[in-house]
Amino acid sequence: MAERKKHADAVIIGYGWTGAIMAKTLTDAGLSVVALERGPARDTAPDFEYPRIVDELKHGVRGELWQPLAKETVTVRHNPSEVAQPYRKYGSFVLGNGVGGAGVHWNGQLWRASPEDLRLRSRVEERYGKKFIPEDMTIQDYPVTFEELEPHFDHFEKVCGVSGVAGNLRGEPRPGGNPFEGARSEEFPTPPLPPIYAAKLFEKATAELGYKSFPLPAANSSIAYTNPYGVRLGPCNLCGFCERFGCFLYSKASPQTTILPILAERPNLEVRTNAYVTRILRDNTGKTATGVLYIDEDGREVEQPADIVVLCAFQMHNVRLLLLSGIGVPYDPASGEGIVGKNYAYQMLSETVAYFGEDVEINPFIGAGAAGLRTIDEFNSDHFDHGPHGFIGGSSIFAGATGGRPIAQMLVPPDTPKWGIGWKTAIRKHYRHSAPFGAQGSVMSYRDRYLSLDPTYKDGHGQPLLRLTFDWHDNEYKMAAFSAERVEEIVRVMKPAQQTTLLMRPGNHYDVRFYQSTHTTGGAIIGTNPSNSFINRYSQSWDVSNLFVMGASAFPQNIGYNPTGLLAALAYFSAAKIHDTYLKSPGPLVSA
Amino acid sequence: MKNTSTINRRALLLGASPTAALMMMGATTTGSAIAEPATTVSDYVPTFFNAVEWRFMNAAVGRLIPSDGPGPGGVETGVPEFIDRQMELPYGHGAYFYMQGPFQPDAPATLGYQLRYTPRELYRSGIAAANDACRAAAGKAFADRTADEQDRFLASLETNQVHLSGPPAAAFFGQLLENVREGYFADPLYGGNRGMAAWKWIGFPGARADFTDWIDQAGQKYPYGPVAISGARD
Repeated sequence: MAERKKHADAVIIGYGWTGAIMAKTLTDAGLSVVALERGPARDTAPDFEYPRIVDELKHGVRGELWQPLAKETVTVRHNPSEVAQPYRKYGSFVLGNGVGGAGVHWNGQLWRASPEDLRLRSRVEERYGKKFIPEDMTIQDYPVTFEELEPHFDHFEKVCGVSGVAGNLRGEPRPGGNPFEGARSEEFPTPPLPPIYAAKLFEKATAELGYKSFPLPAANSSIAYTNPYGVRLGPCNLCGFCERFGCFLYSKASPQTTILPILAERPNLEVRTNAYVTRILRDNTGKTATGVLYIDEDGREVEQPADIVVLCAFQMHNVRLLLLSGIGVPYDPASGEGIVGKNYAYQMLSETVAYFGEDVEINPFIGAGAAGLRTIDEFNSDHFDHGPHGFIGGSSIFAGATGGRPIAQMLVPPDTPKWGIGWKTAIRKHYRHSAPFGAQGSVMSYRDRYLSLDPTYKDGHGQPLLRLTFDWHDNEYKMAAFSAERVEEIVRVMKPAQQTTLLMRPGNHYDVRFYQSTHTTGGAIIGTNPSNSFINRYSQSWDVSNLFVMGASAFPQNIGYNPTGLLAALAYFSAAKIHDTYLKSPGPLVSA
Repeated sequence: MKNTSTINRRALLLGASPTAALMMMGATTTGSAIAEPATTVSDYVPTFFNAVEWRFMNAAVGRLIPSDGPGPGGVETGVPEFIDRQMELPYGHGAYFYMQGPFQPDAPATLGYQLRYTPRELYRSGIAAANDACRAAAGKAFADRTADEQDRFLASLETNQVHLSGPPAAAFFGQLLENVREGYFADPLYGGNRGMAAWKWIGFPGARADFTDWIDQAGQKYPYGPVAISGARD
C-alpha cells in the first residue's frame, strides 16, 4: 500500500526546463506545487565547480550527469518486424537526469522555429502540391502560429540571456542576422561573441558564395546579464566544456542559472529528488488525473494526490509514462489508428571536416556549445525551392566545434590508422588544425516510425522499457545529400589541405553506436483535434483535461533546428493560458 | 629484433622498477629465444589484472600507442595503469550499461553493443583467449611475440579475422582500443597521460578552460601548455 502524501494543487513530473517554467508559473499563481525529479539535486556549486567539472573522461565520456542506463534505457529496432534490442551503452543520443535535466549539459543553441515549420503540411501543399508529400509521411501543422508563440520565444531568450543578432525586427530586415527568421519583437538580449577561428573562415567562405551567415543564437551569455527574473548570468569564456558538462561560470543558461534561484525559497513549492514516477493516476471515469505514483529514494511507493498533473519529463519519458499509465490510445502502425507513440522523429546530421594543415591555427579547444559559432539558414525549413530537389525539410548549417576535447572530439582523416605510429603522428598533425562544419537536418514523421512499450525488457523496477521503431526514409537521405553538398561547397572555398564528409547514404540504417543528436521528438503530438493529436494547442491532454504534457514529445515532425526554443515557447504559451484561464475555470481549453 | 631494441631503449631511458622486473620474471615463458617481456615503467602493482594479463596489457598498449617514433607511448604515460584502475571502478563492472538479458549477440551491429560481457569480463576472457590463439598459432603468448607479429595479431583482432574462444575478437579489441585512447588523453588523475605528455604532444591545454583573452585573437597560435585538474602545469 503506497504511502499517501498531502494533497497538492499541482504535481510536476520532471524538473528540467519545462518543469522549472511550469513550477514558476503555478507558484506565481499561488498554487501549492510538488515537483518530482527522478535524479539527484544538482547546482552550479558544488556540482559544476571548476576544475572538477572540466573532466572529459568523467562527464564527456562516462556521462556522470546522464541518466544511468543500467536502471532504465530504451530498446531500438529499425522496423516493426525486427526484434528490438536494448540501448545498452550511450551512443546516438544522451538522456538527462537530475535537477535541470538535459538543460544542464546541453550546448545552448537556442533557435526559434521558422514560421513555416509550424504549418509545414499546409505550406508544402500550397507551394509544391499535395502529391509532393509521400503517402507514408504523416506530417501535420501545429495548431498554433509563429505570431502566437513569438512573445514566448522572446521571453525565453531574455530568461536565458541569449546572444545573437536580429535578422528581422518587427518585419524590418536587419544586417548581420538571420534573413529567414520570423519577425521578432525585440533584439536579442545580449550581443554575440566574436567568431572562433573556424567560424571566421565560415563567415568568409559563405559570403563568397552569397550566403548570409550570422551568429548562432547562443544561450551562452556574452556579457554580465540580469534576466527578467532578476537572476544573473556571467560572460562565457569559451572554455570548451559546454555540451555534456554543467557550466562553472553561470554563463550557459540552464534551469539552475535562470529560473530555479527564484523558486528555491518559495514556501508553496516542494522539490523531491530521486523520486521516480511510475504512473499517472486517474479516477474511475478515466477523464481526470488524481495525482501520481512514484518510488522515493528509499524505495517506498508513494502516492502524490494533485488537482493538476504536468508531465515535464524528457520526450521519450513523457511518452513512456503515458503508455504505462494507459492514458490515450497507443498508436498502431498497422491500422494507423491510435495516438500515443505516433510520429516519433529524429534528426539527420552530416558533417564535413576540414584538415587545414599546420599553418592554420584552429585552436579547437577554444569554443563553446553555441557562443562564437556561425551559421547559415538558406537551406533549412522552406527557405529555398524544394521543387527540383524532391524532398521536404532541410538543415541549419553551422561552423566550428563545441570544444577540442581529445578523447571524443579528435579529428583525423578517415584513412588514418586507428592505432600505432601512424595514429600517433596523425593526431599531432591534425588536432590543432582541423575543424568540423555540420548540417543539422530535419526528419519528417512516418506511419511506421513510432514509440511503444517493449514486450521483453524492463527497467530496474520491473516496468517495460520504451521501444523505438525508427529508421531513415528516402526523403531524409535526399535532404542529407543536398545539405552535405552545400557544406562541402562552403568548405572547398576555404581551401583546406583535405576535406572529408560523413553522411547517411541510402542503405545506411539508423546506427545507435554513434552520437548524432539528442533532439528526439514526437509521441504525444500537438494538434487540432483528438483524432490527430494527444494534446491541444495549450499542451492539454484531450483525454484528461487536468493533464498537461510539455516538451518535444509535442512536435508532429522534427525541424532543422535545436528544439529547446520551440518546446520552451510552447510551455510558456501553455503556462500563460493555464494562468489566465484554466485556473479560474478548470476544464478543456479547446472543445474537442 | 626491432621489438627487443625498443624495449631495451625504453627500459634504459625510464628504468624498469624492481617490482616490474619481478613480475616479468614470474611471467616470462622459458625457452623462448625472443621472449622479451613487456616492461612497465612504474612500480604500479595492478589490482585487477593478474601477472599474465598485465604482460599482455603492457605489450598490447606498447603496440597500440608505441614508444617508437616521435611522441609519447602508451606504456610510459601509464595507460595500462589507467585501465587497471578503471576496471576496479563501477565502469569496469558494467555499472554504466544496461546489462539485463536476454542478450542477442547476433543482432544487427547498428543496434549497438549486445554482449553479456562487462568490461572486466571482456578483458579477462579476451586476454586469455588472445593468448590461447597466439599459442595455437605461434607457440607463445602474445607478449612473447615480436612487435611485427603483435601488430599483425592486433590487426586480426580488430577485423575479426581471428576466432577467440570467448568474446568476439573485434569486441575485445574495440574495448581495448577505446580504453587505451581514454587513458592516453584523460586527465592524469586517472593514472594515464602521465606528465600530461599526450596533451603536450597534440597541444591541448587540458583543464585551462579559460580563453577570454583569446576571444579576439582567432587564428593566432595558442602559446600555453596544459594544466591538470590537480593544478599541475607544464
